Amino acid sequence: MSQFKSLQSLRKRQSPLAQTERQLKLLEGGIFTEEDAPRFEERILATLKAPLRSKQLDILQVNLGYMCNQVCTHCHVDAGPDRKEIMTINTMEHCLKAIKSSKVKTLDLTGGAPEMNPNFRWFVTQAKACGVDEIIVRSNLTIIVANKKYHDLPDFFAKHGVHVVSSMPHWTEEKTDRQRGSGVFNDSIKALKMLNDVGYGQAQSGLKLDLVYNPSGAFLPGDQNALSAEFKQRLDRSFGIQFNDLFALTNLPISRFLDYLIASENYDDYMWALVDAYNPAAAQAVMCTNTLSVSWDGHLYDCDFNQMLQMPIQDERQHISEFDNDLMNGRLISVSQHCYGCTAGAGSSCQGAVA
Amino acid sequence: MSYYDPKDLRKFGQITQWSESLGEKFFEYYNSVFKEGALTAREKSLIALAVAHTEMCPYCIDAYTKDGLERGITKNEMMEAVHVGAAIKSGASLVHGVMMMNKVNKLDS
Repeated sequence: MSQFKSLQSLRKRQSPLAQTERQLKLLEGGIFTEEDAPRFEERILATLKAPLRSKQLDILQVNLGYMCNQVCTHCHVDAGPDRKEIMTINTMEHCLKAIKSSKVKTLDLTGGAPEMNPNFRWFVTQAKACGVDEIIVRSNLTIIVANKKYHDLPDFFAKHGVHVVSSMPHWTEEKTDRQRGSGVFNDSIKALKMLNDVGYGQAQSGLKLDLVYNPSGAFLPGDQNALSAEFKQRLDRSFGIQFNDLFALTNLPISRFLDYLIASENYDDYMWALVDAYNPAAAQAVMCTNTLSVSWDGHLYDCDFNQMLQMPIQDERQHISEFDNDLMNGRLISVSQHCYGCTAGAGSSCQGAVA
Repeated sequence: MSYYDPKDLRKFGQITQWSESLGEKFFEYYNSVFKEGALTAREKSLIALAVAHTEMCPYCIDAYTKDGLERGITKNEMMEAVHVGAAIKSGASLVHGVMMMNKVNKLDS
């Protein structure tokens, strides 16, 4: 299996930032205590005239494990080959039970590299049989070419009509490899061609291939439509690659991206950029109102970011085995200053811009 | 202590406080200029970056370098734009050499 960088996870390096309490302390301080930046909870209260609450459950996002073949510099999961946390088949069964008993439209599988979970294919097949409308797999692409046992993933995805969402921070090798590791760009191009070959991203195939763009440094994403047009033209012209849509995501100031912001002395400026770009329209459509996030060990969170900060949902039922539909009925959402990342500019969610 | 403080860039909008009508007119004009038109917003960003350098405006260089990164503009594209500005700036100096030549030819036959 190829690995791209000698970089290790914060946890492996025993970095103080591997502790979520340390991250939350940083997020609550800085420009919010030393300068006059308004706090997120005040801002959202002014916009919504009420605290942020869940509305209905459309998306169940399940993290199948923190193990990954890549070690991206900005990973908010702190994933990597040295992470051993992985979802068991027992927890997957609880997820399937929750899907059957709810009106979940989309099952969104993420990681790490979700494909590295030994029961990944079983889970996808079972979820499909549950009748969920859409199954998303957030693939890092390189896993498809990393080892022979993953080479048939495009066929598996196509057979089950999986919606593939893949990270691609830039259409140049230099910028992609700097963020995601040496050799990642070329392997990603190979994997995209394999997906195109089985019909992904091709007109009328019904097989959806979307790309996720997140900035390669301490700046916000530009206009999603303009970036999508640029990526389409460049990837088609240089490699003949087709895809459906591009989601522009904002990097949230947590985990390895937070570590990068501090080390590069960009932290305060980045937080100000998020605060200044607060958009009330985006705040009305944040993903935590219709998504429930499940961690590798079955615990429930308002979103993937709260999961990584270990901010549990505000309810007595904190595990997928205790799932109940009324969990999404006006539950208070836990917020901190990282939430500004979802309300900046055109907003940001796992489905891209929201406003 | 420098005359220029990077934090002042965030305060640019405050110029409306001491002349609301003119300030707002300026920002309305400014924002209209940078909208997609016959030129793309991306092309306008690169022009702005080149002019920022010929004007040697630290605020503008800060703003339009970041704007370029947000649009996915590469560092090669940015540097080429800066060279376009620099070439025009140096060409503008050098073309005055013709005036010097004319004067020499007139005075020193």
